[in-house]
Amino acid sequence: MIMLGDFDFGVIVTALPYLWDGMQLSLLLTGLAAVGSIFLGTLLALMRLSSIRLFQWIGAIWVNFFRSLPLLLVIFWFYFLVPLIVQGQVDAFESALIGFVLFEAAYFCEIMRSGIQSISRGQAWSGYALGLKYSQTMRYVVLPQAFRNMLPILLTQTIILFQDTSLVFVVGLADFMTSAVTVAQRDSRLVELYVFAALVYFVMCYFASLSVKILQKKMHK
Amino acid sequence: MNYNWNWGILFEEPYFDWLVSGVEWTLFVSAVAWIIAFSLGSIVGVARTVDSVPIRAVATAYVELFRNIPLIVQMFLWFYVVPEMVPDDWGRWMKRDMPFPEATSAIFCLGTYTASRVAEQVRAGIESIPVGQRAAGLAMGLTTVQVYRYLLVPVGYRIIVPPLTSEFLTIFKNSSLALTIGVAELLYQARQIENYTFQGFEAFTSVTLIYLVLTMIVVALMVSVEEKTKIPGYGIQKDK
Amino acid sequence: MIKKIIAAAAALAVFGAANAGAADFYGTLKKIKDSGTIVVGHRESSVPFAYIGPDNKPIGYSIDLCMKIVDAVAKEVGVDKLNVKLVPVTPQTRIPLIANGNINIECGSTTNNLTRQKQVDYALTTFITGTKILAKKTSGIKEVEDLAGKAIALAQGTTNERAIKNAIKDLGIKDVKILSVKDHAEGFLALETDRVDAYSTDHILLFGLISKAKKPADYEVVGRFVSFDPYALMLPRDDSAMRLVANRTLAGLFRSGEILDIYNKWFMKPIPGGKALNVPAGDTLETNFAVQAFPK
Repeated sequence: MIMLGDFDFGVIVTALPYLWDGMQLSLLLTGLAAVGSIFLGTLLALMRLSSIRLFQWIGAIWVNFFRSLPLLLVIFWFYFLVPLIVQGQVDAFESALIGFVLFEAAYFCEIMRSGIQSISRGQAWSGYALGLKYSQTMRYVVLPQAFRNMLPILLTQTIILFQDTSLVFVVGLADFMTSAVTVAQRDSRLVELYVFAALVYFVMCYFASLSVKILQKKMHK
Repeated sequence: MNYNWNWGILFEEPYFDWLVSGVEWTLFVSAVAWIIAFSLGSIVGVARTVDSVPIRAVATAYVELFRNIPLIVQMFLWFYVVPEMVPDDWGRWMKRDMPFPEATSAIFCLGTYTASRVAEQVRAGIESIPVGQRAAGLAMGLTTVQVYRYLLVPVGYRIIVPPLTSEFLTIFKNSSLALTIGVAELLYQARQIENYTFQGFEAFTSVTLIYLVLTMIVVALMVSVEEKTKIPGYGIQKDK
Repeated sequence: MIKKIIAAAAALAVFGAANAGAADFYGTLKKIKDSGTIVVGHRESSVPFAYIGPDNKPIGYSIDLCMKIVDAVAKEVGVDKLNVKLVPVTPQTRIPLIANGNINIECGSTTNNLTRQKQVDYALTTFITGTKILAKKTSGIKEVEDLAGKAIALAQGTTNERAIKNAIKDLGIKDVKILSVKDHAEGFLALETDRVDAYSTDHILLFGLISKAKKPADYEVVGRFVSFDPYALMLPRDDSAMRLVANRTLAGLFRSGEILDIYNKWFMKPIPGGKALNVPAGDTLETNFAVQAFPK
């Protein structure tokens, strides 16, 4: 039995620079994946809401397809099998990033769809009445408001995305989680490193979601 | 792409058996974890709506704790850390004598994690019931327990059937993470088949299809449950 | 006269080679030349072949050999300094990653066998070992038969995993509980924390694991060899030009005897992050080096 007093904090202190490198990769992956998947998700949402049948179908199939699969499976696909199809090297980071963007876009799509639906029809109509084209109406009238309304939910989903990036551990990409496991196994200090990793994730995600809540309150004033 | 396709491999022994046993483990782990998630999540969710401040605080702490740590980290905590933190005898039991140590850890991990998400749904369901109904119940002379037992819980649950469906799907998909601690579930078997036969495409394609089909079955089942449990005029209208 | 002819032939050969080199790269070498980067896959806990050292960088016998090959590749494609990108691999990921072209060479502790040759290629054999069992001295396990009623950890995707599973099946050993782990470090931790009674992989790696253990005296390597495992660096299949560069480098090391210096550095002296393994090369391995010391 390991008591708190037996904890070897020294192991963590020595490993900090290495863990920090991992954390930077986690944050970079989260940031890029969030931007990419919000963009793609918005496109998909517009497709689902478009009047063209084909677009509706593509959007619906995309969303239902990816929401039926475990993220882990998607990560494996992009890491092992996609390079075989494209016949070239795909950087582990890039393959993970592409996987995350395609997968998370399905979730962001649904958020953006309800965001767009929350904007009253009259606004779009007045846009058209002013002589704006569809693209202009969306870009200048509907989407900015939809983003604003959905900002807290988009941010919450991004926090979930940050947690999900820890799954790249299965393909050995050196994110925070992978780095923690590497050190844990190298120094046989599982307890210290895993508790530390949990603590770091908890503090970051807890305060991030707290900030989102505060933001939400401010917006509702 | 120079790749030797061989779909027949999936139906050869022992690979077909591996896939079948992978499906069984995935379903077993998800189902048992769901029982934990549903019962524990209900308790925590109800606890978040009661008047007692300490009870609410404990329930809130539970939700925040489990929601803000990535599932894979929780998986490692349950499997590697917990047995080292308890008295040695228990730790040894957890590591050796407990039936299926890997699967049991995975079930507890998935169950307790998903419970925090179920709790949020339960709370939302109960909170969506107008305060007037609770007041009316109390005014009729019902105790708080009775108000929950006969009014808030039954109505609340019927409102949240759709989000609970998606939580069940989440647990089913998340069960794939059990492979990181060595549970031979579906995705684990796909990788094992790839390792033995080098037919990665076939293995992963079949597993992808299995996940899609299982999801569709679950969704279809739950749609009929939703139909039966729907309260007319309540809840969110489905968009057409 | 003869001297002149040889000189002319040599000049022609050099000219021809240079000419061919400038235009005719294909496959892996072309990819490396075009990108200026070689992607090296490495293991993380195959002590002392490829493992994460105290400064979090991969080090070891196979890594040293690989870096010699990287230098030779740089020279071959005519680049002063290649970018070396290190990608960690596990027993389960190494073969798909070579096969899908994501890594150009794998430096670890990979057995060269004919099944795997359907997917990947190998350079010359650099080490020879076989499956044995690592157990705590108190466990009473002395042979593979003693696993009856015991728990053993095996790493997914290793030849040892199959060798032990087959032995259990063929010998009819009863009630063996198998814990499936990702790599050697995880397997050894399972043993150290009493999750299992034994761990099995190649006998040399077992010595490597002991050398890094907190209490090396608690463990012993037991039993007969359950399999024969010649190690080689793994390369992409159908790419003899890349393999030639690798083999030319290795044969050079075998011929000059430099291989023994590298060997002794990792197997006879204290290693970073652990104690000395003290496993001499022995007759089989020295013969292996001698036989593969192909002339220029």
